[in-house]
Amino acid sequence: MAEMTYAAAGAAALAETMDADPTVWALGEDLGRGGVFGQYAGLEARFGAERIVSTPISEAAIMGVGVGAAMTGTRPVVEMRFADFALCATDELINQAAKARFMFGGQTRVPLTVRMPVGMWRSSAAQHSQSLEALYTHIPGLVVMMPATPADNHAMLKAAIQSDDPVVYLEHKNLWPMTGEVPDSAAPYSIGTAGVAREGRDLTIVTWSATLHDVLAAADRAAQSGGADIEVLDLRTLWPWDKARVLESVRRTGRLLIAHEAVVVGGFGAEIAATVAEELHADLKAPVRRIGAPRLPIGYAPTLENEIKLGPDRLDAAIVRMMS
Amino acid sequence: MNNRRNLDQDRFLAFHREMLRIRALEETALEGLRQGLVLGAIHPSIGQEAIAAGVAGQLRRDDILLSTHRGHGHTLAKGADPEAMMRELFGRQGGNCGGKGGSMHIADFSVGMLGANGVVGANIVIATGAAHAIRLHGDDRIVACFFGDGATNRGPFLEGLNWAAVFDLPVLFICEDNGFAATTRTADLTAGPGPAARAASFGIAAESIDGNDITVVAEAAETLINRVRQNRKPAFLHARTYRLTGHTGADPATYRPATEVEQAWQDDPIARSRALLDAAGVDSDVFDAMDRAVAAEMKQVFEAARAAPWPDPAEGLTDVLDARAPEVA
Ligand SMILES: Cc1ncc(C[n+]2csc(CCOP(=O)(O)OP(=O)(O)O)c2C)c(N)n1
Ligand SMILES: [Mg+2]
Repeated sequence: MAEMTYAAAGAAALAETMDADPTVWALGEDLGRGGVFGQYAGLEARFGAERIVSTPISEAAIMGVGVGAAMTGTRPVVEMRFADFALCATDELINQAAKARFMFGGQTRVPLTVRMPVGMWRSSAAQHSQSLEALYTHIPGLVVMMPATPADNHAMLKAAIQSDDPVVYLEHKNLWPMTGEVPDSAAPYSIGTAGVAREGRDLTIVTWSATLHDVLAAADRAAQSGGADIEVLDLRTLWPWDKARVLESVRRTGRLLIAHEAVVVGGFGAEIAATVAEELHADLKAPVRRIGAPRLPIGYAPTLENEIKLGPDRLDAAIVRMMS
Repeated sequence: MNNRRNLDQDRFLAFHREMLRIRALEETALEGLRQGLVLGAIHPSIGQEAIAAGVAGQLRRDDILLSTHRGHGHTLAKGADPEAMMRELFGRQGGNCGGKGGSMHIADFSVGMLGANGVVGANIVIATGAAHAIRLHGDDRIVACFFGDGATNRGPFLEGLNWAAVFDLPVLFICEDNGFAATTRTADLTAGPGPAARAASFGIAAESIDGNDITVVAEAAETLINRVRQNRKPAFLHARTYRLTGHTGADPATYRPATEVEQAWQDDPIARSRALLDAAGVDSDVFDAMDRAVAAEMKQVFEAARAAPWPDPAEGLTDVLDARAPEVA
C-alpha cells in the first residue's frame, strides 16, 4: 500500500505500463516538464524524450499521430492538456480513431488512450472547465472512463492503456492533489464495472468523477440527519456502463438520483434515467431525477461558477426531494 | 532521365501495365456504377495513373501507404487484390473491408495500405503517426502519404508537415495536384506559390514535377523514396496532373470547358507512356497482349464481385468494441 496523489497515481500507472511494454509511449504538449498538472512528473528523465514526447501545439496532429501510431504497432497515450482542447482534434478522434477498426472491416485496432483533464477548477472559465463526457459516450467505437480516486486512476489508467479499444480517459483537475491509498497489487480494473462507494437501502445515487466526493459527503449528512440511507455508485466507466449494477441497486432501493458536474441537458445521466425508466418502471417509488449543471457557459467569478456547481445545498435539496 | 534509346524497357513496361490496370479497374468500377452495382460515390483517378504507378509501385511491400478518397490507383499499385477491391466497391462479402467501408475507406493492411480516407487531409497526420511509430520501432520502413492540392488548405497539412520535419520522420508526402478541389479550381482559393513552397517553408526537401510523365515520376519517386529511407527525414513530391473525369463518377464536370478536357487528353499519361515505349522499339504485339491480359483480369474481377453475396447483417455488429459491461441478470 502506498499513499499517493491522484496525479502521482496516474504517473505511476503510465510508468508501470511503460516498464512492462516497450510499445507504450506518451505524447502531448510540455510532457517533458511533467505536464501542465505534474501528472507526468519524472517520466521523461526515466524513459527519455523518445517515449515521453513533448509536442508542438498541434492537437489535430497529437491525436492523428496517436491514431497512425496505434495502427502501426504501438500503444500511444495522448495528452490533450484540457478536455476543451480535444475539440481541436474531433475529426481525428471521432472520425478516425473511433471508426478505423470498423470501417476497415477489422483489419486494424486503435489501442489509443486519450487523457483529457476535465472540470471546474480555480476559476478557469468557459474554455478550460467543461465536462464533455456525454459527447464521447454518443460515439460508437469509443470507451469512456472517468476515475474518481487515486486508486482508480492507477488501476483504470493501466486498463485503458492495455485495452485494444480507443479510450477517452477523463481525469478531473480538482482531484490532482487528492491523496489516497493505492494498493501495490490491486486486481486489474475490469473496464465497464461500477464501484459501490457506499451501501444503502433507501436511495441510489449514480455519479462519477469528482462529484462522487460531493455525493458521499451529502450521503453522510443525510445519514446523520436520519433523512435517508443512501447507496452511492461510482460509475467509473461511462461506456460501456455497468447497467447490471445500477439496475440491481435501483431495484432494491426503488429510488434513483443521478448527479454529475456536466450540463444536465443531453448529459449521460439522461441515458441512465431513460434506461431505468424503461426497465424498472414498476419498481420505482419516486420519479428518477437528474442533477447537474444548467445549460450555461461556465463563468469566471466564484459567484458565477457557484451557480453552475452542484454544491452541498443543491445536493441536499435533491435528496430531500427524492425521499419526500 | 531516361532517353528513349536506353529506356529500361522492362521497368517501363511494368509501369505501363500497372497504369493500364488502374485505368481498367476504374473503368470497370464506373461501369459498375452505371449498373447500380457500385453503391456510394467513387472518385476516379483517370488521368493521374502515372503518379500512383510511379510512386506506390516503387514502395516495398512492408512500407506503409495512406491514401485519399481518390485512392483506387494507390491501393492497386501497392499490391492490393483487385477482386477484393471491386467486391468492396460493390459492398459484398470478400471485400477488403467486408463491405463495411466502400471506396472511400478502401484499405489493405496486408500490403501496408492503411486506408483511403473520407475526410480531406485527415490522412496526413495519421501517416505522420505511422512514421513516428516506425521511428520508435527503429526499422527502415517508410510511409508514403498521398493527398490532393485541395488538402493543402487544411490545418492537418500544416500540423503534419511541421511534425514530420521536427521529429525527423520517414514520410514521403505526395501532393497530386490535379488542379481541382471538387468543383473549384484550387488556384482560385489558394494563396502563395503552391504546395512545394509550403513544404519548403518547413525545411522539407520538395520537388515539383510533371506527374503525367512516367519517366519523370519514376525517377523522382525512386530518388525520394531512397532518400527518405536513408536520411530518415520527410520529403515532398508535388506532381502536377489533371483529373480527366468529374470529381465523382456521377459528376459531369460542366464547370470547365470541354476544350480544356480535350486538350488534357492529349497529355494522357498512358498515351504518353505508350508513345515512349513505341519509340523505344517495343513491338505492338506486346501491347496487344498486355491490353488483353488486363481486360481479362478486370472482366473476371467484375464478374466475381457481381456474383459475391452481401455481408451477413450480423457483421454490422462486429469490429466495434471489445470492452463489455457485465451482463444484466
Ligand atoms: C474535411 C473535408 N471537407 C470537404 C470534403 C468534401 N470533399 C471531398 S473531396 C473534395 C475535394 C478535395 O480536393 P483535393 O484535395 O484536391 O483532392 P482531389 O479530389 O482533387 O483528388 C472535397 C471538398 C471532405 N471529404 N472532407
Ligand atoms: Mg485536387
